[in-house]
Amino acid sequence: MRATQTPPVGSPGTPGREAAITSPSGPGPRPAGRRIRSTQWAAVAFAAPLLVYLVAFYAFPLYRNIELSVHDYTIRAFVQGNARFVGLSNYTDIVSSQTFLPALRNTALFTLVSIAFQYAIGLGLAVFFRNNFRLSGVLRGMFLIPWLLPLIVSASTWSWMLNSDSGIVNSVLQAFGIGQINWLTSPGMALVSVIIANIWLGIPFNLVILYSGLQNISPDIDEAAALDGASGWKRFWHITFPLLRPVSAITLLLGLIYTLKVVDVIWIMTTGGPGDVSTTLAVWSYREAFGTGQPAFSPASAVGNLLILIALVFGVVYLYLQRRQEES
Amino acid sequence: MIRLVKSARVAAMVGVLALSGAALAGCSSSASGGGSTSSAGGGTYTWWDPYPQHDASSDWTKRVEACGVAAGVTIKRTAYDTTALTNQALLSAQEGTAPDIILLDNPAVSTLADTGMLNTTESLGLDTSGIDPNLLAAGVIDNKTYGIPIGANTLALYYNKTILDAAGVDPTTITDWATLNDALAKVKAAGKKGISFAGIGTEEGSFQFLPWFWGAGAKLTKLDSPQATAALTLWTDWLSKGYAPNSVITNSQNTTWEEFLTGTFAFDENGTWQVNSAAKASFPTGVIQIPAENGGAAPAPTGGEFLTMPVQKDTARYATTKKIVECMTTTAGQVTTATTFAYYIPPTAAGQTQLLSQDPSLKPWVDAVKAAKGRTSDNLGTKYPKISQAMWTAVQKALSGELSPTAALAQAQQAAAKATS
Repeated sequence: MRATQTPPVGSPGTPGREAAITSPSGPGPRPAGRRIRSTQWAAVAFAAPLLVYLVAFYAFPLYRNIELSVHDYTIRAFVQGNARFVGLSNYTDIVSSQTFLPALRNTALFTLVSIAFQYAIGLGLAVFFRNNFRLSGVLRGMFLIPWLLPLIVSASTWSWMLNSDSGIVNSVLQAFGIGQINWLTSPGMALVSVIIANIWLGIPFNLVILYSGLQNISPDIDEAAALDGASGWKRFWHITFPLLRPVSAITLLLGLIYTLKVVDVIWIMTTGGPGDVSTTLAVWSYREAFGTGQPAFSPASAVGNLLILIALVFGVVYLYLQRRQEES
Repeated sequence: MIRLVKSARVAAMVGVLALSGAALAGCSSSASGGGSTSSAGGGTYTWWDPYPQHDASSDWTKRVEACGVAAGVTIKRTAYDTTALTNQALLSAQEGTAPDIILLDNPAVSTLADTGMLNTTESLGLDTSGIDPNLLAAGVIDNKTYGIPIGANTLALYYNKTILDAAGVDPTTITDWATLNDALAKVKAAGKKGISFAGIGTEEGSFQFLPWFWGAGAKLTKLDSPQATAALTLWTDWLSKGYAPNSVITNSQNTTWEEFLTGTFAFDENGTWQVNSAAKASFPTGVIQIPAENGGAAPAPTGGEFLTMPVQKDTARYATTKKIVECMTTTAGQVTTATTFAYYIPPTAAGQTQLLSQDPSLKPWVDAVKAAKGRTSDNLGTKYPKISQAMWTAVQKALSGELSPTAALAQAQQAAAKATS
């Protein structure tokens, strides 16, 4: 947004323009004023595409989402455009709903467990691939496959593999004498199953970002520590890991925001079921809006706004941590 | 973790964009109906249907286009997936760009009618007197009819003759739940799997549960009745006794059909639309009607689409719309629809007679359709989707063992009552 602000005359920011504007005027300030206005117009014109883009793709959808959530949009009201204003009652309905607490708990579990494992495994692999060995490039490339596959493909594959009766996972377990586990259909396992699938999907992202972060750490530091007699584990824990902290922070933040919003994997594997057992806030919002015969846009957008708020909180936490790090 | 496509957000975004496009520019009205004002001679009429599997060169498209030619206009056909069609229809109605004809899944008719975007058949002068009342019911709200069924389908029990013969079960003896359970016990004793169905947590799950629910005498207005509990207990017992696989909890109707085609299941609850596939199966198959608890055929829910006529700004278009609708719903036309798809039973007595004279093997399906019941019937209308959601949630909770059938249905009744109040 900085581009839209025209610096006042005499500001140190634009010395060239300042000269052009002030030099002919001298005693009479009027022409200077007009010239400034025209540069202001130019500035606005240059910023306009960006502004239009921001309004059309960010401000309007956000406004519409909030507007949907404070009105009672029945189907009829949606078509005729005469929804009743109901204030925050959609929000109180959501919070007092039987689905709310389980969904909140599931969202927390799904997000935190997914991220913890994605990050740990991604970091482990990144460190592993840092030692360039034969075929390491090919192997690293293969780890990216989950990222490249369309989600409908990978989620469907997971749901076939985890099928209670004819899935490959259960037939392997049965070969070892372990009984049938109802991965997707028992209340205790459904959430675990979707988390496992989501971890698998998220590893490549963590691997790629952390690997490139590692590339930026000079090998000299590591070498110097090795000469001083630090063991491999100590070098990782006291040198590599602290130096990787900024990259780790952004990886975790991005992972958190993406994972909060996940609908597709869960929807394809369990539709949030059985019952509400694997329903997260995002799945709940999707189900209200598109999962039933009768779209309920108002509660759906209320849940969606709640999710935005949660993501925003973590974004603010990230900014705060980043600032503190810069200051220190 | 970067998700390039987030279906929900994309869908929401598309919706929002469509809205913003209309709101900001108000320029999209030219998309409606080809913008032709001369209704009598020529012009383009728009037609939406939920059959993306039929492409531009298909028999179905040719039939639709032929009806346009007969009415002296060109028909521009667009196909959407069933759920997307309802959403598209709502958006188009909001923008005032609704197509001339929408072929709509029957439970959605009352939803769209409620918005005021559909014309009644009376106002267009269409005759619906020949149509079976139980099939027309899904399109009737407060004594007004908002569409014409082009055909109907429903559920029945397919069986694998090889397995039943080996287990010593005669399918004709299955007339109530007790005899069905006996048959399942025999099949299991013979080392085969009993029955597969779709208990997925979507509308399909409710669709599959309804024959048992209604067959026990339960009503959608009271989900926690003893009859409803009996129906749900029947299903949970099948799982606990090992008659049905645990995967039914996430099965869609397609998945359960794939399971049946492997030849390991004695029975499968599925629809008229699998008739052709059943004939091609690697084992001999047959069909019986779903039994009610105490004998007789249970009312199965009707499936199938209605021709609906959205409100247009240019009312002169209706005359041609009427001609197209009539062309698609003549007796000969309905029999053609039935034979083109083989999964639609004509909704009129005349059509059914003519179809049976061509293909007597469809007799069980004609009977099933005659006994069938619309999901939005009993004047439930737009309440049905909410009740249905509560019902499939209860089915999921009970089948997965999270709650007992009684507790799950009590919770469902509470949720349904709250949602429909």
